[in-house]
Amino acid sequence: MTAARFTPKGERRWVDAALLALLVVLAGASLLAGRVWVPLDHFGAADDPRWMIITELRIPRTLLGVLVGGALGLCGATLQGYTRNPLADPGVLGVSSMAALGSVLTLYLPLTAASWLMPVFGMTGAGIGVAILLLLAAPSGEAVTFLLAGVILNTIASAGVALALSLAPNPWAASEIMTWLMGSLTDRSILDVRAVAPFVLIGGALLCTAGRALDAMTLGEVGARALGVSLRRTQLLVAVGVGLACGAATSVTGMIGFVGLITPHLLRPLVGSRPGRLLLPSALAGASLLLAADILVRIIPGANEVRLGVAMAALGGPFFLFLLISNRRRLA
Amino acid sequence: MRSLETEGLVVELGGRTILAGVDLKLRRRQVTAIVGPNGAGKSTLMSCLAGLRRPDAGGVRLHGQPLARLNDRARARQIGYLPQSPEIAWTLDVHTFVRLGRTAHRGLFGETEADADAVQRALETTGMTAFAGRDVTTLSGGERARALIARALAGAPEWLLADEPLGGLDPAHQLDATEILRGFARAGGGVAVTLHDLAFAARTADRIVVLAEGRIIADGAPTQALNPDILQRAYGLEARWTAGAGGPLLDIVGRHA
Repeated sequence: MTAARFTPKGERRWVDAALLALLVVLAGASLLAGRVWVPLDHFGAADDPRWMIITELRIPRTLLGVLVGGALGLCGATLQGYTRNPLADPGVLGVSSMAALGSVLTLYLPLTAASWLMPVFGMTGAGIGVAILLLLAAPSGEAVTFLLAGVILNTIASAGVALALSLAPNPWAASEIMTWLMGSLTDRSILDVRAVAPFVLIGGALLCTAGRALDAMTLGEVGARALGVSLRRTQLLVAVGVGLACGAATSVTGMIGFVGLITPHLLRPLVGSRPGRLLLPSALAGASLLLAADILVRIIPGANEVRLGVAMAALGGPFFLFLLISNRRRLA
Repeated sequence: MRSLETEGLVVELGGRTILAGVDLKLRRRQVTAIVGPNGAGKSTLMSCLAGLRRPDAGGVRLHGQPLARLNDRARARQIGYLPQSPEIAWTLDVHTFVRLGRTAHRGLFGETEADADAVQRALETTGMTAFAGRDVTTLSGGERARALIARALAGAPEWLLADEPLGGLDPAHQLDATEILRGFARAGGGVAVTLHDLAFAARTADRIVVLAEGRIIADGAPTQALNPDILQRAYGLEARWTAGAGGPLLDIVGRHA
């Protein structure tokens, strides 16, 4: 008898198929679920006001959930692979905070302009954040410098947001900033989807091409270079990709944490730890996770909808703790 | 002429001269051991040969062409490099780990039949086929050393540069690992390896290069390069060659008085 050739976890294609199926099911559920349940036989009935809820509110909301969750999951997997640190997350880099800062500043502008300027300013903020990151970290191309630059940028941008909040021109702006910082998919229109989709898709595509380089980074920076990987090119790819995808996503939904952190951890037992292999499933699972959380906040009874960012943080906080404890146990 | 050579290689680090004009020509079908005391510049020389460090003066030529002019991938396909303290960030199975050696050959999407074959061959050559499913972080020192070599072999390079691949291995595993490197040279590749165990280097290498204070002070067959004068100059050691059952043996007597 000949020994069966070993099949690595990474070759389990069924995981991707299962994740895609899960995403489709959740997207369907996201169209149905909410304060108003729309039965399937009322779908497409143009005269039914409930059909308006589907087309005007829930379709954009679902599409945004998929785009934003996918972007956050993908960015998380990329950054963990790039920094070789399982605790990395788009929030850590400061790109989310820079997008937040950009968007928050629009509230200081005349009211009429603010609504459509928000995503534009958000992405500009993210873009400036990426530029600063590259300026700070690019000469060496080292992941540690990159991470450190991200932490510094995050601190500065968060301080900027706090300052904007404390100097808010009126109570309405202050409450708007607060709500927005908590992150939500509520009341977004198809215009928002159209504004961010190209950036998320281009950023995501860029990140997907970094898979091979991220795999090689497993061997450290010297090891990756010996395998023919250009560190500077990889850094540029990661920074621009994360800036576009995560920056655009944040600029329209506000800050939603932990999706990028949790998703790769959930998938490693299924498809293995090779960073490049985690990219696509992380995008699919990130989208599913965000949709599931968004469905949950819609159907939880209460006077006001629980903010998605709050729900994710409530979910992510304990997970983060669990991660730290199990890491400590492994090291002990 | 297929060769990997340095010309007047000078490297300075923080005001200190690490390599002070090194001319070294590596040949194929040969295991060249680079020895020398700690801080002699062995690792720096290896990373220059691998194209990973830009020298302050001089250069490295691959088959007569300046190595710096090759792009990263083309260079990586011809030169396999095993760093001194290899980092493995994630817990990968041995098969996936060895596959990383194909990075410079892989297209943007997926791997080809040639990639899979090269990985399989590398696992067989190093006797790691049975370990393919094991976590690379749970391997013993000897298995790990073989997995690292398998990763380099999977890239099917023409040159293999191994920086202290035998550190922390017992004598039997040292022999196993060296035998794989010798097999690679017999098959037509060129091998340069830095070693600390002089007697072991003398027994296993075809050619020995002694580096001291950034210069080559001896280069030749083991008995010739590791002569008592050189060992005294490089290490301050007193040593002599004695007749052993399987050929001359290097006997290190002690520190030179």
